[in-house]
Amino acid sequence: MLEWLSMGGNARFVWPSYAFTLLVLWLNIRWARQAARANRNEAKRRLAMQRSEP
Amino acid sequence: MAWTWFHRFGSPPHFYRIAGKLVPWCAVLAALACAGGLLGGLVLAPSDYLQGEGYRIIYVHVPAAILSMMAYALMATAAAVGLIWRMNVAYAVAASCAPVGASFTVIALVTGSLWGRPMWGTYWVWDPRLTTELLLLFLYLGYMGLRGAIEDSGRADRSSAVLAIVGVINLPIIHYSVDWWNSLHQGHTLLKFGRPSMPPSMYVPLMTMIVGFMLYFGAVLLVRARGELLRRERTARWLLDVVGEA
Amino acid sequence: MSALLSPGGAAAQLIRRDLRLAMRRPGEWLQPLGFFVIVTVLFPLALDPELSRLRDMAPGVIWVAALLSSLLALELLFREDGQDGSLEQLALSGLSLAWLLLAKTCVHWLLTGLPLVIVAPLLATALGAPVAALPGLLAALLLGSIALSLIGAIGAALTLGLRRGGTLLALIVLPLAVPVLVFGAQATALAIALEPLAGPLYLLGALAVLAATLAPLAAAGAVRISLE
Repeated sequence: MLEWLSMGGNARFVWPSYAFTLLVLWLNIRWARQAARANRNEAKRRLAMQRSEP
Repeated sequence: MAWTWFHRFGSPPHFYRIAGKLVPWCAVLAALACAGGLLGGLVLAPSDYLQGEGYRIIYVHVPAAILSMMAYALMATAAAVGLIWRMNVAYAVAASCAPVGASFTVIALVTGSLWGRPMWGTYWVWDPRLTTELLLLFLYLGYMGLRGAIEDSGRADRSSAVLAIVGVINLPIIHYSVDWWNSLHQGHTLLKFGRPSMPPSMYVPLMTMIVGFMLYFGAVLLVRARGELLRRERTARWLLDVVGEA
Repeated sequence: MSALLSPGGAAAQLIRRDLRLAMRRPGEWLQPLGFFVIVTVLFPLALDPELSRLRDMAPGVIWVAALLSSLLALELLFREDGQDGSLEQLALSGLSLAWLLLAKTCVHWLLTGLPLVIVAPLLATALGAPVAALPGLLAALLLGSIALSLIGAIGAALTLGLRRGGTLLALIVLPLAVPVLVFGAQATALAIALEPLAGPLYLLGALAVLAATLAPLAAAGAVRISLE
């Protein structure tokens, strides 16, 4: 197990690569949901304004 | 028959609904594929003859690089469709591709750099793939920069569409010229393996990871695209039904 | 302009007009040339003035300097006409906008690209290039500068009227210019090494032809979009 973790001595390159990838993938999910939510709220607000106009 | 499908897909309310249904499927399948690929790549695949264990970085580096190019191609195609048929859905998809595609480019660059370090001793080599990825990143940044600099949403969509199309035509030329330049100066290539070709035990997890990344990209793209579509549909009636419930 | 003007006639009129306008403010149009010279001169100052070492760097230095000054020159392509509405007139004229923009880019190249090509041999000699290398250098820069002007026109059209368009223009145009840079610098390096440079020169020529056929179309599309 420890041998697998050390990745033949290259552990300090392999694991950070995976960690960075995971980080960016997670961030993308977050940003996408934030952007979608912001757009949805803005659309709601716009509709509400249109409806309140005579 | 194909046309009705195309027009239905291009219709905003349909796209919004179908995309919403697809997202969870893509997400779950992506997670499964990546889990399987990681298991195969990190645990089950044998170590490489030349590179030992360090080669395992390819299971994130190569899928990210492939996706970064696919995302650009999709972005340019969607932009072209938007320009030709004046479709908001297409513009929404194109706009959504850029940040995700750019992120994949960054992943490819960072993992490529970390892969190069044990191989060549430095964190950066002017390898043709890494150099092309770097230029691709600039193409993405130019696209996003142009979008951000134009205030009018319609002009932003159309101008960036032209840029994306010009970029995608240029991309093979850039790729070819970088390969040519690299071969002249006997540069290093990252993707070298001990055996002449990859054995299935290495190849299958790689393919699985690529599929997993594609599904992930699809899920994130659809989430963003739905939001982008809402931004572009100003007075449409269907918004009331959709947004009221959200 | 009469609606009955032929494309050739219209292009000729446009070229004459642009040249006349440019001659009123020659200083403006000489600035890219000055920039080219200054940037090239900076390198020996920053590095080793030993000619044999400069000779190795000369292709890269000259081409990067040429690329950067062509970027600077792009500002002049559409700025005036975009502001005073002449560009809009061209778009509405009923003639092929791509063809008219090709004519405009030709004038722009004559005024900003050709001077670079003419001055480059002097600079190359100052950087240690042998005299026998100069024809090859001229050919490469001729083709390369034409390609750069055409590619740059697309960027200029896309960023028409934008605030701080300059840095964005660089970000857009430079990646697209990389193939020209790569082939051009290699051709120049081969010329300086007194080796045959037909290979990269043909590739440069192909790029120039491709740019001449496709870039005006893209630029015309971009101009129409920018003017809406």
